[in-house]
Amino acid sequence: MSAELAEPASKIELPAHIGGGGEIPTFNITLRVRRYNPEVSEEPVWEDHQLTMYGTDRVLDALHKIKWEIDGSLSFRRSCAHGVCGSDAMRINGRNRLACKTLLKDLDTSKPITVEPIKGLPVEKDLIVDMEPFFQSFREVMPFLINKGHEPTKERLQSVEDRERFDDTTKCILCAACTSSCPVFWTDGQYFGPAAIVNAHRFIFDSRDDAGDMRLEILNDKEGVWRCRTTFNCSEACPRGIQVTQAIAEVKQAILARKI
Amino acid sequence: MSTDIQTPRSGKIGSGKIAPQYRRGTGSKGNFEMFAWLFMRLSGVVLVVLIFGHLFVNLMVGEGIHGIDFGFVAGKWADPFWQFWDLAMLWLAMLHGTNGVRTIINDYAEKDATRLWLKVVLYAATVVIVVLGTLVIFTFNPCPVVNGVQLPGGFCPAP
Repeated sequence: MSAELAEPASKIELPAHIGGGGEIPTFNITLRVRRYNPEVSEEPVWEDHQLTMYGTDRVLDALHKIKWEIDGSLSFRRSCAHGVCGSDAMRINGRNRLACKTLLKDLDTSKPITVEPIKGLPVEKDLIVDMEPFFQSFREVMPFLINKGHEPTKERLQSVEDRERFDDTTKCILCAACTSSCPVFWTDGQYFGPAAIVNAHRFIFDSRDDAGDMRLEILNDKEGVWRCRTTFNCSEACPRGIQVTQAIAEVKQAILARKI
Repeated sequence: MSTDIQTPRSGKIGSGKIAPQYRRGTGSKGNFEMFAWLFMRLSGVVLVVLIFGHLFVNLMVGEGIHGIDFGFVAGKWADPFWQFWDLAMLWLAMLHGTNGVRTIINDYAEKDATRLWLKVVLYAATVVIVVLGTLVIFTFNPCPVVNGVQLPGGFCPAP
C-alpha cells in the first residue's frame, strides 16, 4: 500500500468470489429523448443516445449520464431522485412515470427507450414543461385545512376511521403524471384534472375540515368532476398508486348527495 | 403580522402567466353538467330494459322475426302501452345519444367555432328526429284513405 492512496472504502479485503459492484450486470440501451429548444428550432426532435448502463440504473441515471458526460444542454427537472418530490414525471415508452422510479431493466432494452415531456402542458425546453396551469387548478380547490371552529390548544384529534377515509389521497406528490395522462386534459387544458380533484378529496373527506361544501361547489363546475370519462389513465399513471379514478367518483357522489 | 389568504380564482396567485388556453371561464355555474351526468346513468339503465324488451317482443315472441311486417307494427301502435314504450325508447335513446355526442364534441373540438357549429348540427338533428318520431307514433294511421281510395292492407276494415 502506498502512502498516496486515499483512504480505502473498506478495511476488510473481500475475496473475489463474494463480489462487489463489478458484479452488477451491464447492458447497452438506446435512449431516445425528445429534445426541444425554442431558441434553435420551433420543432421538437428525437435524439438517440447509446449508453452502457447497470442493472441497478433507473431512467434518471441514464438522463444524468447524458447530461453529465455527453450533452450538458439536456434539460429536465429532478430534485430528490427518490420518488418523493414529484419533479421528474415524464412520458417513458408512452406511459407517464417518474424517471427516478423506473428501472431500465424493467423496460424493453432491445428497443429504443423513448423519453418525452408529459403531455398537455406547454413544453419550455426538452423535458421541462410549464406547470403553472397545473398548479393553478391545484390552488383553486383550496388544498389547505379550513376550520371554522375555535383554534384548539392541542392538536386536532381524529379517529383512526376518520383518518382512513382520505388516506389514499394524502399520498399525492403533485408530479402531474395523472393530469397529463388524461385525454380530456390534453384537448384544451381547461379541465381541473385528476390531481386537483385528488387534493380536494383529501380535504373534502377530512372530518377536521369545514370547507368541503365550498370545494364541492368549485368542482361542480363545467370543467370539474363531470368532465371525467373514467378512462383510468390517471390511476395507471400515478407513481404513488393512488386510486385516482375512485377518488374522482367519490367526489362526484358527494356532489350528487349534497344536491339531491 | 397578518396572513392574507387570497380568494381562489382571483387569478392573482402565482406568477399569473398562465397561457390563455388554460384559463377557465368564470361563468357557467349551475348544475347542468351534474344532471347531464346523472341522466346518462339513469337513461342507460332504463334503455337496457326498453331495448331488450323491444327486441324480445319483436324477434322472439310468437312467430318471431317472420311475423314482422307492416301489420305487426300497425298492431303494436294501436296499443297505448306500445305507443308509450316506443315513445320512451325514442326520447331516451335520442337524448342519451345526443348528450354522449355533445360530450365527445366538448372533449375533441379544439376551436370554439368548430364546437359551436358541430353542436348546432347535432341539436338540429336531434330536434328533427325526436319531433318526427313522436308525430309518427301518435298520428300513425295504418289504413289511410287517399282520394277516396282505400290503400291496400289486409287487416284494414272494409270502407
